[in-house]
Amino acid sequence: MWHRIFALVIKEFLALLKDKKSRLVVIVPPLVQLFVFSYAATFDLNEVGYAVFNEDAGMASRDLLARFEGAPSFRLVGYLDHEGQIAPLIDSRKAVMVIRIGPHFTRDLLLKHPAQVQVILDGRNSNTAMVASGYVGTIVTEFSRTWTPTHGFPGAPAALEVRAWFNPALQSRWFIVPGIVGLLTLVVTLLVTALSVAREREAGTFDQLLVTPLRPVEILVGKTVPGMIIGAFEASLIILLAVFWFQVPLRGSLGALYLGLLLFLLSGVGLGLMISSIAVTQQQGLLGAFLVLVPSVVLSGFATPIANMPEFMQNLTHLIPLRYFLIILRGVFLEGADATLLWPQYWPMGVIGITSLAFASWLFRHRLY
Amino acid sequence: MRLRGLMRKEALQIVRDPSSIAIAFVLPLLLLLIFGYGVSLDAKHVPLGLVVEHPSPQTTSFTASFQQSPYFDPHHFSHIKEAEEALRHGEIKGIVWMRGNFDEQLLSGETAPIGVFVNGVDANTARLVQGYVQGAWTTWLQDYARAQGKALAIPVKLEQRVWFNPGLRSRDYLVPGLIAVIMTLIGALLTALVVAREWERGTMEALMVTPVAIREILIGKLVPYFLLGMGGLLFSVAMAVWMFEVPLRGSLLLLLATSALFLLAALAMGLLISTLAKNQFVAGQAAILATFLPAFILSGFIFDIGSMPKPIQWLTHIIAARYYVAILQTVFLAGNVWSVVLVNALALVVITGIFMGLVRRRTSKRLE
Amino acid sequence: MPTADALLLDRVTKRFRSAKRIICALDQVSARCRHGIVTGLIGPDAAGKTTLMRLVAGLLLPDEGSITVLGMDVAKDSLAVQQALGYMPQRFGLYGDLTVQENLDLYADLQAVPRTERQQRYEELMHMTGLAPFTGRLARDLSGGMKQKLGLACTLVRAPQFLLLDEATVGVDPVSRRELWGIIYRLVEDEGLTVLLSTAYLDEAERCQEVILMHEGKILDQGTPASFSHRLAGRTFQVVAPGANKRKLQEQLIQTKGVMDAIIQAEGVRVVTSKGATLEPEQDLPGWSDATILPVEPRFEDSFIVTLKERTAAPPAARNHAQSQSVSLSDEDVIVVQNVKRRFGSFYAVNGISFRVRRGEVFGLLGANGAGKSTTFRMLCGLLPASEGTLHVAGEDLRRAAAKARARIGYMAQHFSLYADLSVFENLTFFSRAYGLHGQQQRERIAWALDEFELRAYADTTSGQMPLGYKQRLALATALMHSPEILFLDEPTSGVDPLARREFWHRINRLANHGVTLLVTTHFMEEAEYCDRLVIMAQGEILAEGTPEDMKARFRTASRPKPTMEDAFIALLETDGQAVMRG
Repeated sequence: MWHRIFALVIKEFLALLKDKKSRLVVIVPPLVQLFVFSYAATFDLNEVGYAVFNEDAGMASRDLLARFEGAPSFRLVGYLDHEGQIAPLIDSRKAVMVIRIGPHFTRDLLLKHPAQVQVILDGRNSNTAMVASGYVGTIVTEFSRTWTPTHGFPGAPAALEVRAWFNPALQSRWFIVPGIVGLLTLVVTLLVTALSVAREREAGTFDQLLVTPLRPVEILVGKTVPGMIIGAFEASLIILLAVFWFQVPLRGSLGALYLGLLLFLLSGVGLGLMISSIAVTQQQGLLGAFLVLVPSVVLSGFATPIANMPEFMQNLTHLIPLRYFLIILRGVFLEGADATLLWPQYWPMGVIGITSLAFASWLFRHRLY
Repeated sequence: MRLRGLMRKEALQIVRDPSSIAIAFVLPLLLLLIFGYGVSLDAKHVPLGLVVEHPSPQTTSFTASFQQSPYFDPHHFSHIKEAEEALRHGEIKGIVWMRGNFDEQLLSGETAPIGVFVNGVDANTARLVQGYVQGAWTTWLQDYARAQGKALAIPVKLEQRVWFNPGLRSRDYLVPGLIAVIMTLIGALLTALVVAREWERGTMEALMVTPVAIREILIGKLVPYFLLGMGGLLFSVAMAVWMFEVPLRGSLLLLLATSALFLLAALAMGLLISTLAKNQFVAGQAAILATFLPAFILSGFIFDIGSMPKPIQWLTHIIAARYYVAILQTVFLAGNVWSVVLVNALALVVITGIFMGLVRRRTSKRLE
Repeated sequence: MPTADALLLDRVTKRFRSAKRIICALDQVSARCRHGIVTGLIGPDAAGKTTLMRLVAGLLLPDEGSITVLGMDVAKDSLAVQQALGYMPQRFGLYGDLTVQENLDLYADLQAVPRTERQQRYEELMHMTGLAPFTGRLARDLSGGMKQKLGLACTLVRAPQFLLLDEATVGVDPVSRRELWGIIYRLVEDEGLTVLLSTAYLDEAERCQEVILMHEGKILDQGTPASFSHRLAGRTFQVVAPGANKRKLQEQLIQTKGVMDAIIQAEGVRVVTSKGATLEPEQDLPGWSDATILPVEPRFEDSFIVTLKERTAAPPAARNHAQSQSVSLSDEDVIVVQNVKRRFGSFYAVNGISFRVRRGEVFGLLGANGAGKSTTFRMLCGLLPASEGTLHVAGEDLRRAAAKARARIGYMAQHFSLYADLSVFENLTFFSRAYGLHGQQQRERIAWALDEFELRAYADTTSGQMPLGYKQRLALATALMHSPEILFLDEPTSGVDPLARREFWHRINRLANHGVTLLVTTHFMEEAEYCDRLVIMAQGEILAEGTPEDMKARFRTASRPKPTMEDAFIALLETDGQAVMRG
């Protein structure tokens, strides 16, 4: 039996790697996606354009504005002279934000009256607006804090001491890159497995396989192993790049990570083979893979948190293996989690994997024609 | 007569083959549902640990602002260690910690420190949590000052005004952008697949040998799928406005006109892909890689283009969806802002022209 | 008419670039076709027939030389040429989602047929093709033969002056094939249509008024079919040995010096000798004392094979297989099919068939498209469970021990279905492993396959890139890796040129002589003659069972004293009444 399975695995690899096109599909797009995603997919603000409408001539406003000019998140687009210039600037997206300081800003502060700063934000991209507003808040609070003791304001009764665990500089990339490990591993395993049976069906080789004494289970195992090996290879490559190229810290144990990877690959290959045994043509296989991939990307918490979704959507996400693997990846990479902490993530993937493989093997036997 | 015959054939095929209809109408529905409900950047009910080591009226007044906030789902702890454990287990996303001597420090006139720890793994959520806590803190300070009859302790008051989307609902900005992704799928993927199918089934060879001009074959393909795409668009806009309650502040006419322009660009891309890859499998993969993914990541649909590294920003200029997303977000949320619409529409015209020209040059009535 | 010839090819050369090599598909080809006749373009695979057709249709441009169609230069006036000619490619581009009528309308629009003339033309075409009752049916629901007829109708919708048909009848059953040719010849006579067709069926070639013989991008010869046959006058014989095994007789004859071709035909073996060679019973056929040798009329096929064999100069696998141990037909049944039915939804693809195959027999399964042959085959190979009835293969009940039975059968699918990306050696390695061979035994079997099928030179070639004939050899080799007792061949020679077909049957005969049981489906009627016994199926039922001689004897009439297998087949289907309306 092992002889035959081994022969199947070898054949599967040869068929995949000898064809130039499928070799490319396995290697090139994942790497391109890794780099484009990692650099492009970020919620961090970088050089957000802002304009200043300063009606105050005093030193306090200059002091405050200097803090904005020094911040790497913002880029000064220009100074405005009158109110009418604000709307066209924001409408035309030349600036995302306008800081408006009234004529009495310095005077109020010196008189120990609370002074006001107005910030106008373009809400078309609500996330940029929200993050920018957070940055502005931090800068203004910081300004207040240094102003208070030196200018005789009463000290604030309480102050926040903010610290971020695991990712002190709050870099999105530390969040996105481990996620990409999971995403691309899923893409590759799905593409490799979802089309494999359909391709053989179209070429007629599947019949040829079925008339040999190979049992459906053996064919299934023969198709599972290559998908898992390729997925593991791909994942390892991206993990290496994440650590050494993108400098994401890897704090937890590799053992916990690879246990998760193994279970994730099992569930990914299971889903792929399930699509594969349903699909008659490669096109259907591709469509099926697409139908699994899109919800996986959107609902797994890859880019946006699951917690933000409506309740019924959150319940749906429990069916998505990537959801669990993302928690494992980020847990091991950033939080230094170990296997015992991640147990609640392991078993659902195992269940999904075994169920889908069982279903695929049932379909193999009952959908031979 | 030839052109009409071709278009009628295409229309009949669309009607008889449910998969085209599915791509044009069911796909938008599914995508809008998945994205509209699944993608949200608005953190609500974030589980937050409130550690009060020594409860007092002061601490209660501070924690009360979290109780009422729709943004937080407070969990109470009396020891920081327990809260830290919960943070590590992912049960809570952040901790607000008032030490045992909070009251004493507050009353003594010193500045009492409030510890705020957030789980920084999801940097975006972490930042939002920080922002919310800061907001809650500022409000509390004002209330406290007023209650104590003292002047406000913060010298500078920040007044924020958010235009176009005052509630900062992420759905309002995601759903219009999503239309660009859907239109790319309908336009590019559908045409790439149908033309590749003609090559595969040998019908293209039979067409080529009739006295049909290449221009007629191309127009015969474009017009029916253009109409189908516009149908899909109207459907998506209707869903955006009525189901997701995204305001449409600009004119529908302008939206349709610019969408038509983008649809032409997408159709041209689809045709180009299918003339290069003459089988459905390769055409499908190429369409997803070359049009769908860029429309998703590099168009400014979710991720802000301005914050990407410079080389990637340059890259986005060749992506038609980028211009369309800008138009969509503006027309939906801001209205008819001509300075945005005209510039981006011009870019779409140029891109459509280039792709159409390429298609015309790459397609010939020879099989080579 | 500006010129005397409908088509004039002047030193036409066409090259294709594929990967690193440049393939010369047509090399300095010059030829002409006369007006108002049917010219046949005949040649083995990769002779350049399709390229030539596409060049004439203006779908390709020649690298050198010029093509003149109806007095117009194709390169300059391709639109004008396309208006004057009709072209039916191998797979005609019908739109499956459109009805018969809508397909016709589309092509009428594209050909700019005036609206007023349409109705009459449609009626003529529908009447001619017999599609009138089906105008509202979707094209994809038509049978293979009806699809081809609709394709022809679409091509003819604006009465072309010149018709190009590229292998229009491949895969079409004999009945539909006859009807198609009836239509074409009627048009040539009534409307003075000029036709250029390419075909793999040599009997079709024999009916053309003129034949162009192509090989490897060159034209070997052109003339009437009779002029080809005349060259072989006095070199064709029929060898009959009553009561003897025809296959053994053929195997001996093909190895005889001076014999260029020997095929089983009717009761004996048809032989073509090389120039000047003689065939004497005592000298050339020792051990066949009662064999008689009669001279027969040469056919086009004989001259086609001889011309090509002289060209390629590759001796047929003429190594002596002395070990040919005599296995006589035993009475043991190795395949027993009893009352088998197979239902798809409410439709019975196979409706209660029973037959038995004895060890060492060559058993044929004949039928039109959709008769249920393939379904029967798939059930016998264990690819499809039967809805009712029992199937025993090699003594095992397929319902219970399918895997056990599968270890003892070999299967060769209709289309080349091995891993096209893998090399010959890798394919052999994989399938031998799949059949449980390993170690020394595996190495021996692979070596045997490479030698026996002369694949050694191709061992490291990617199998998808080999010529069709070699792919076929590889497919047969893999099916034999585990020395199966029973070999299933599903339309093994469909689309294969006559030369490769001969070689293939030669190998099959040798296997049969070694005691392997063979089950074959085919729609080449002359191949049915190779079978010991056969069944003819229609609409999922068996119409007749017996030896080829029995079948022919049943339809011997005064007007047809020597019916061919094809005559018998068609007569059988016609007597079965509505069986002609293929499902």
